[in-house]
Amino acid sequence: MKLNSEELEILKIIEENHKASAETIALMALTSEETVKNTIKKLEDEKIIMSYPTLIDWTKVDGQESIIAMIDVKVTPKRGVGFDDVAERIYRFPEVSSLYLMSGAYDLSITIEGKTMNQIAAFVSEKLSTIDNVVSTTTHFMLKKYKHDGVIFDGGADDKDRRMVVTP
Amino acid sequence: MKHDVAYYISQTAKDLQPSGIRKFFDLAAGMKDVISLGVGEPDFVTPWNIREAAILSLEQGSTSYTANAGLLELREEISAYLGRRFGVAYNPKNQIIVTVGASQALDLAFRAILNQGDEVLIVEPAFVSYAPLVSLAGGKPIAVSTSAENGFKVTPEQIEQAISEKTRALLLCFPNNPTGTSLNKAELMEIANIIEKHDLLVVSDEIYAELTYDETFTSFAAIPGMYERTILINGFSKGFAMTGWRLGMLAAPKEFVEAMLKIFQYTTLCAPTMLQYGAIEALRNTYHEVESMQRSYRRRRNYVVQTLNNIGLDCHTPGGAFYVFPSIRATGLTSEQFAEELLMQEKVAVVPGNVFGESGEGYIRCSYATSMPQLQEALKRMQRFLETKGIMRDREAGALSQL
Ligand SMILES: Cc1ncc(COP(=O)(O)O)c(C=O)c1O
Repeated sequence: MKLNSEELEILKIIEENHKASAETIALMALTSEETVKNTIKKLEDEKIIMSYPTLIDWTKVDGQESIIAMIDVKVTPKRGVGFDDVAERIYRFPEVSSLYLMSGAYDLSITIEGKTMNQIAAFVSEKLSTIDNVVSTTTHFMLKKYKHDGVIFDGGADDKDRRMVVTP
Repeated sequence: MKHDVAYYISQTAKDLQPSGIRKFFDLAAGMKDVISLGVGEPDFVTPWNIREAAILSLEQGSTSYTANAGLLELREEISAYLGRRFGVAYNPKNQIIVTVGASQALDLAFRAILNQGDEVLIVEPAFVSYAPLVSLAGGKPIAVSTSAENGFKVTPEQIEQAISEKTRALLLCFPNNPTGTSLNKAELMEIANIIEKHDLLVVSDEIYAELTYDETFTSFAAIPGMYERTILINGFSKGFAMTGWRLGMLAAPKEFVEAMLKIFQYTTLCAPTMLQYGAIEALRNTYHEVESMQRSYRRRRNYVVQTLNNIGLDCHTPGGAFYVFPSIRATGLTSEQFAEELLMQEKVAVVPGNVFGESGEGYIRCSYATSMPQLQEALKRMQRFLETKGIMRDREAGALSQL
């Protein structure tokens, strides 16, 4: 879908200032509040704006830690059952938080979140490997998150304003 | 010592006025929870690729002097950059010097072109360093005042009126600190006519060239006939978010550069070596980051200008830099009173316009190089402050209530 330059500007402002009100966005984009609201509605309807996720560092909250693993999956698609069908079988599981089709040594890349290692092991052995077209899986447990979706975890040295209060 | 210490201080140093900015810094620095719109530098940290290149050069042991004019590799990059971005051609071998900030480039320019008593026209409101630098070089700064009526653009008539027998040069800075005003090509061409007619030089401070939002930036050296009369000054501080690096550049016809290089080799020798390596990376691979910072400033400018007008401070829309320069006349306060009371009452720091020259009286400089949430909070506080002064021109009712 082709967006005009105003719609594109609104979209980029939202991406960086997701908490800005329609009025603030209008002032930033030199347009009316009405236009901003209509544009947002349209972009949401078109599923260009998919959702407004909140990035939470759960490791900081006691009792809320989770275990994350990334699984490389090899798949042999068969007539009538392509990658998309296999993918669908997999992404419907709620513990799957992301799923990509990849080029290279394996086909699908899954990110999965669980409370315990056992839970993830059970998913791999009982749910994933038992799918007909899945040939092999390699599971990597994530040890630490440094950066996610452009956000640096705990590394915000650059976020600190080191400037003096008044300069020429 | 036989005398008072003051006796041992030179008359030159004594004659120099302390900057009005300093006073506000002292006031604001002692307070907590101040939101500062008084900062004349980017709120971005230098892009990582540039920092990384400087770190790498240190790891590799680049700790010796470079050529006086700077690493040839960097001068070649600067030459390519000036050509690509502004369409001006300078020979990296003898027409470019890498300086310690645009500040030093300005100092070199004045020292190289002024004889005792020569006058330099300075378009005001202006960056605080110009007049003192002219004086230190033995020249005489002459203010050419502009006004808000035409958005602080200087007209050929205003310049011509200020010209005397002794006028040697005109200092231009567009986009401007503190007004944010920029001049387009046609406007610069009119100024060029006067320069030609009166046989003057131009020192063009183009440090905000990368931060131009509405019209394409035109370098004064690119105006027909002006190349030979222009000392072009630019730098890394603003567009590349590198203020603390203290790296700038100057470019000019080779006779001028020769003269400036003579002074530079004795006063400075060369700009810091490892930082010059960072600057090479800046010019080579930072195009997208510079653009994205520029877009971010433009959005904030749009927001701030309209909001200031909405809360009752008349403000023209500046074409560049990261400053707005609204009028505070409606409050009946002087610039200093306004800035001081605003700081005390609402803990928002701005710079009173009069520190940038007489024509800045009645205005304040607000920098929008600050995060959106901070800007929103600052403007909310300013609105509250204005209400205590009886100013409530909230054109769109509730405009700020839902920020
Ligand atoms: C108009 C103008 N020129 C020059 C400078 C100094 O720049 P640099 O950091 O390159 O010395 C500034 C910095 O505030 C400025 O606003």
